[in-house]
Amino acid sequence: MMIEQAPALIVVISLMSAVATPLVGWLKKDLCYPWVILALLGSTLCSVLVLNTVMQEGVIHYHMGSWLPPWGIEYVIDHLNAMMLVLITGTSLLVAVYSRRSLEAELSDRTIYFYTLFLLQVTGFVGIVITGDVFNLYVFLEIASLAGYALIATGEEGAPFAAFRYLILGTVGACFYLLGVGYLYMVTGSLNMADLAELLPSLYGSKVVLVAFAFFMVGIALKMALFPLHMWLPDAYTRAPSAASALIAPLMTKVAVYIMLRVMFTLFRPYFSIELLPVAKIMLYAGIIAIFVGAVMALAQKNFKRMLCYIVIAEVGYMVGGVGVANAVAIRGAILHVMNDVVMTLGLFAVAGILAYKMKNSEISAFDNIFKKMPFTMAAFLVVALSVIGVPPTCGFFSKWYLIQGAVMAGNWTFVAALLFSSLVNVVLFFRIIETGYYDFGVGGSGHEHAHEKGTAVSEAPLSMLIPTVVVAAAIILIGLYNHSILINVIDFAVPKL
Amino acid sequence: MDFIIAKYNYWIYIILMMIGFYAMIAKNNLIKKIIGMNIFQTAIILFFVSIAYKKGGATLPILTHADAHGEHAIQVAQYLNPLPHVLMLTAIVVSIATLGVALAIAIMMYRKYHTLEEDEILKAIK
Repeated sequence: MMIEQAPALIVVISLMSAVATPLVGWLKKDLCYPWVILALLGSTLCSVLVLNTVMQEGVIHYHMGSWLPPWGIEYVIDHLNAMMLVLITGTSLLVAVYSRRSLEAELSDRTIYFYTLFLLQVTGFVGIVITGDVFNLYVFLEIASLAGYALIATGEEGAPFAAFRYLILGTVGACFYLLGVGYLYMVTGSLNMADLAELLPSLYGSKVVLVAFAFFMVGIALKMALFPLHMWLPDAYTRAPSAASALIAPLMTKVAVYIMLRVMFTLFRPYFSIELLPVAKIMLYAGIIAIFVGAVMALAQKNFKRMLCYIVIAEVGYMVGGVGVANAVAIRGAILHVMNDVVMTLGLFAVAGILAYKMKNSEISAFDNIFKKMPFTMAAFLVVALSVIGVPPTCGFFSKWYLIQGAVMAGNWTFVAALLFSSLVNVVLFFRIIETGYYDFGVGGSGHEHAHEKGTAVSEAPLSMLIPTVVVAAAIILIGLYNHSILINVIDFAVPKL
Repeated sequence: MDFIIAKYNYWIYIILMMIGFYAMIAKNNLIKKIIGMNIFQTAIILFFVSIAYKKGGATLPILTHADAHGEHAIQVAQYLNPLPHVLMLTAIVVSIATLGVALAIAIMMYRKYHTLEEDEILKAIK
């Protein structure tokens, strides 16, 4: 009985507990933290259950309030979004556990509202992924974005301005998406994705459909910070509170990539997106440029968190470019990379949060000797860094491997070059930190300020922050080791038939 | 000319949208940017309401003979399409929420920097 309702529960639990969080906080402020964890634990369990059902019985169709599609809102869960659901709820659970101490330090008096927004954000992400209705997707997209703007605005100096800029651009993106929905509705009279997919093929010649597709792609590209439209991202994620950026940075861009995959391959046929229009080619080059620009800009950063933001931009290029290569192997790699990138970005931003919490400073030059001071955090960081670079047992290697393999099969050497270039740059980026962190430059080397700081003992991170970070590092290795069974059991079903 | 007059509502939607877009890009004052954003969203509402319209004297879908079959069965052509209107109810709620968040962030900045001009705020942050 409950199992049948699990798809709805994933959304309902997080939404209802978001609404109840201020009440819980009003009763007793300390209850908020266990309350949020409890709620997210519930959502995570439901989504694991749903993934399990999907793997055994195939696609789930859940009719909201028993209204039949195409009139009612339908939740459709196939392998792709079941995977995304587990990733989203799992990530948010880890970040919730992680958030406590860094919130105490950064937003001591506003934790109740932070958690409310946090749960709303999760509701938005989960809703985007689970729904099978294009307008419903828009509503959830705005829930996620609005919660994100508010979370980012609570950050350090300059955060409100970064959030404002994100808000303006994000709203344009969402409005473009809505316009796309409007144009499709004009010609088909339907909002249900499966129904649209049936109705659209006979209309592929129509200019209205082409305009709708263009609006969809540009709107989504804005949301995922694809290169020329990435301007909002570095400021917003750098200045957000650590816990907020650990939630938003891994998920927002990846959820946008998910929407892109849905629009290209579920709403429209691959034949339309790849052969009829030169979209795949445009995406391929947009991806390549994003990788190069992201990597070069990352090299130029002195602030650790800001450097990570540019890595995120480069990683978006991996996925968009991978889809743009448009053969099964590369798309398989791109979908695997969505999964890996969620985990890796979470790990990176979790470490950045710990460093910000402990050192009160995220300039890379301040990191000397941190390997000795916080061995576990930095061990986790090392694993994540190796994965971003793409060293074999970690998961980052495998997705990059499939992306390169796909690009070679398609004979697209520029994309191969971009991927290799980005890996090399990542080596430089992370070894710069490892080098600073491994040696003690305190004496004379990098100025008197740090020598002074060493006295104020920087020690290992608190357990509530350390455990999620180590779990992420373990997940990276586990996903790497079990990548074959993940590919066979989940991702291969999500790859569109070309 | 006919092309413009026959679909004047769509032209107005495009013009409104571009006015909003211009304000968002070019204005220095944050409140003006927010107003531009709101115009942008309102233009989309106009677009959706235009989709719902039908020529030939269609009216609101208030069904007086909804139960009857045969002679009084519903003639779709007589009624405007209510669905885009309903969608826009949701979109209005979304745009109000966006407006609220945007204004709240603008207030936060005003309290901190005592100005709402973009260039002055940028100077204060650096």
